[in-house]
Amino acid sequence: MPDSFHSVVLEEDKCKGCTNCMKHCATEAIRVRNGKAAIISERCIDCGQCIRVCPQHAKKARYDSLDMLGQYKYTVALPAPSFYAQFHKPDINKILTGLKKIGFNDVFEVALAAQTVSRHTRKLFLENTVPKRPVISSACPAVIKLIKIRFPDLIDNVLPIMAPVDLAAKVARSIAEEKTGLKSEEIGIFFISPCPAKITAAKVPIGYKEAIIDGTFSMAEVYRRLLPVIKDIQEPEILAKASFMGIGWAISGGEGKAAERDLFIAVDGIDNCIEILEDIENGKLKTVEFIELNACEPGCLGGCLTVENPYIARARLQSMEKNLRQRDTDTEEAAGGEFDLDWALPLEYTPIMKLDEDMEKAIAKLKRIDEITESLPGLDCGSCGAPSCRALAEDIVRGVAEEGDCVFKMREKLNSLLVQMNYLQDYLPPPFRSDDKSRRKNLPTDETAQNPGGEP
Amino acid sequence: MQGRGFGSGNTVTLHYDVDAGDFSSAGEASANLKRTLKQLGFPPEVVRRATIAMYEGEINMFIHAGGGVADVEITPDEIRIKLVDSGPGIPDIALAMQKGYSTASELAREMGFGAGMGLPNMQSYTDELIVESQVGKGTSISMLVRVGGSSAQ
Repeated sequence: MPDSFHSVVLEEDKCKGCTNCMKHCATEAIRVRNGKAAIISERCIDCGQCIRVCPQHAKKARYDSLDMLGQYKYTVALPAPSFYAQFHKPDINKILTGLKKIGFNDVFEVALAAQTVSRHTRKLFLENTVPKRPVISSACPAVIKLIKIRFPDLIDNVLPIMAPVDLAAKVARSIAEEKTGLKSEEIGIFFISPCPAKITAAKVPIGYKEAIIDGTFSMAEVYRRLLPVIKDIQEPEILAKASFMGIGWAISGGEGKAAERDLFIAVDGIDNCIEILEDIENGKLKTVEFIELNACEPGCLGGCLTVENPYIARARLQSMEKNLRQRDTDTEEAAGGEFDLDWALPLEYTPIMKLDEDMEKAIAKLKRIDEITESLPGLDCGSCGAPSCRALAEDIVRGVAEEGDCVFKMREKLNSLLVQMNYLQDYLPPPFRSDDKSRRKNLPTDETAQNPGGEP
Repeated sequence: MQGRGFGSGNTVTLHYDVDAGDFSSAGEASANLKRTLKQLGFPPEVVRRATIAMYEGEINMFIHAGGGVADVEITPDEIRIKLVDSGPGIPDIALAMQKGYSTASELAREMGFGAGMGLPNMQSYTDELIVESQVGKGTSISMLVRVGGSSAQ
């Protein structure tokens, strides 16, 4: 799978070329070209904000088809913790039993792996082998991509350990292999994802070279398939093992709480995340031990592939807490404590802001950008297909847009043309003139034309 | 208010008016400097040192001096920052350079500033720091961050 893979894509037929997605994109990754929104691949972090705001529903997440289950001899579903909260009065055993009824051979709760990741995090803090403070959680792939492209200085703060879903996949695979005696490639491990960022991360893993998960399904789609089945389940199998330590990861603050740090901050929403990352970069928050960042509000429950209103879902999960705590027994072995949780590959800075490899050239380009920005109206109207006047100026200097793309600039040009046309309309060659003086004025220049009311 | 100019050859100059009356603008100058340095392609470590030094200086002017002006000169090899204010001045510069020493108001501390790390941070993140101050007249601070220079942090 190439690095440029993105779950977030545009359905061209539906796109009207409005500027909603472009104006809401936190990384300025969208331009409108030829009447359609175009995503700049290296800037997109798959946060899904454009999917949320598109009035035409032209932005969507790509995910695998449930038909993929047929390609494997044995399949295991990995439901994200947020999945449970999609159901009214959630009964986890019924949900997991239901998954086995709609075509999966087995289930493995991602929440269970999250408990192990939390335990590992606590251990790293105890041993004092954590990265630079404040330690930044690596659980949200959209945030990690954001750090990769915009906050190079914070790469060393990121906790370089496996995401719960990847660990869940590893454990599920080894359990399945043992249970069935099948080869690894005959077993399909499938994640039920709340968001496009996690779908992208499943295809192009963070911290690893090879994909660990075989396929990723949309939470909404699995929900629709499961709902009618669940209703008929009277006596579910007892499959639920995870405690609230793991399930709480679905809510912003859940991971931090499970890390058991006194000084932790949980931030959700992509713009809020950017703000706090700026603060950390400015040397603030050094005394904070752990920072949990979620691109979605209020945490994974707000992912754009979920069904339920995230705040209702949050209340549901919170109401489950009391019943679940008692089940926080020693399920650790089942959750893959034996696996190495450290990333195999370090995060790499992939700058998107740099204007040129050569700094002298970059300085010249910056100068040009400033000049152009100054000449633009500063309304950030988006009509040019760039999210702001400054972004247009940058695009012009990068050679992917032109000054005439600005409607106001075009209007100025038109104005100047009109004045010139007026002049030409009244112009008579000397033999036909009645009053010589009146036609002696010079042809208006661009400058005088732009200021027609002023002195000639 | 901010402005940018270009000196002869490959120098970028930035100018900021730090307005103490507008709380929402605190930190704007350093944010703008950070963006500029990233666009120019400075190494992350240089960006960090210059930005933090600028941020601390900006916040100092904001808290103590009722605002001031900041001028930055960027070349491919170094970043020079000059901060000038006409605030109360620093009576004992050596004391002010000590970690944790602070004269910030209760209000400033409540806002999360005034930990007494401003000047010490500026010193440890820069390669050169010159503080000149006259009580009752104001303070002028010159900082230099060299590409490839050393930093205590």
